Amino acid sequence: MKSAVIVFPGSNRERDMLNALEMISGTRPAAVWHADSELPDVDLVVVPGGFSYGDYLRTGAIAARAHIMPAVAKAAERGVRVLGVCNGFQILCETGLLPGVLMRNADLKFVCREVMLETANADTDFTRKYAQGQVWRCPVAHGEGNYFADEATIERLEGEGRVGLRYAKGDNPNGSINDIAGILNERGNVFGMMPHPENMIEELNGCTDGRALFESVLEAVA
Amino acid sequence: MKARIKVTLKNGVLDPQGKAIQHALGALGFDGVEGVRQGKFIEVELAETDRAKAEAALDEMCRQLLANTVIENYAIELDEK
Repeated sequence: MKSAVIVFPGSNRERDMLNALEMISGTRPAAVWHADSELPDVDLVVVPGGFSYGDYLRTGAIAARAHIMPAVAKAAERGVRVLGVCNGFQILCETGLLPGVLMRNADLKFVCREVMLETANADTDFTRKYAQGQVWRCPVAHGEGNYFADEATIERLEGEGRVGLRYAKGDNPNGSINDIAGILNERGNVFGMMPHPENMIEELNGCTDGRALFESVLEAVA
Repeated sequence: MKARIKVTLKNGVLDPQGKAIQHALGALGFDGVEGVRQGKFIEVELAETDRAKAEAALDEMCRQLLANTVIENYAIELDEK
C-alpha cells in the first residue's frame, strides 16, 4: 500500500502516523508539505493530528484552505482512501469532505487519556478488521472533539451506517452527539476520527488495538 | 473600505464558553444574567471602492472561510466612506 501523510505548520502527529503506516504496510509513506499542489500516486492519504496553524479562527479552518487540499479532494473523488485523525478529522470537516463540525469539548477541558471505542460498523474500508461491536482501547488528545451536525445529517449518518466508531457507553470524552468518534463520507472512502490509532501500534505502547484500523485499509486497497 | 463582521453561533448550538462566562459573571455578583453567547468580531480592510462589489466579496469570504455555516451565522457591516 502506497500512502502519503500531509504536513501542515503545527502538525505534530505526522511522525507517529508515518511510522505506523510504514510498520503496517512495509512501505515508507511520502510526507507531503501543505504548500505543494500535487499528491504522489497513492492508495491512502492521511491528514494527521496536531494544531495546524495554531487552531486560528477555528480548528482546521486555515489548513482546509491550504494549497494541497484541492489535490486531496480530487484524490477522494477518484476513490482514493482518505483518513483524517484528530486535527485531520477537523480539517476534513472544514473542507466539506465530511459533514458536520468538531466543536469545543462540552466540559471545555482538553482531554488527553485513553478511551474505549466501539466498532459501530465493521463493514467499512477502515474498520473491517475489527468485529462488529468490538470494544477496543485508543488514546484521545483534543480540546475540540465534540461532533455536531444538524438533525437531518445525523439521521442520514446513522441510517446509512456511516458512524464507523463510537465511544463506548459511558466513555464519551467530549459530548459528541450519539457518542460519535468516527464517520465516513457517503461513498465510504473518506473517514475521520478523533482518537489516535497510530499510537496503539507497538507492544511498547502497551496495546496494539490500533493496528486493525490500518490493516483494514491495507486489505481494502489490496 | 472597512468592514466589520460578526460571527455568532446559531440558535440551538450549544455554547459552553458562553455558559462558563455566564457562571463567572454570577460568581462576581452580577445577578440576573440570563444568557451569554460568545462570538467573533473580525475587521477587514478592502481596497475595493464599489460598495456592492465589496459586499459580494465579503459575503463570499464569510461563506468560504470566516464562518462555518454548519454552526455559525454571520453579519456584515460596511463603513459608509
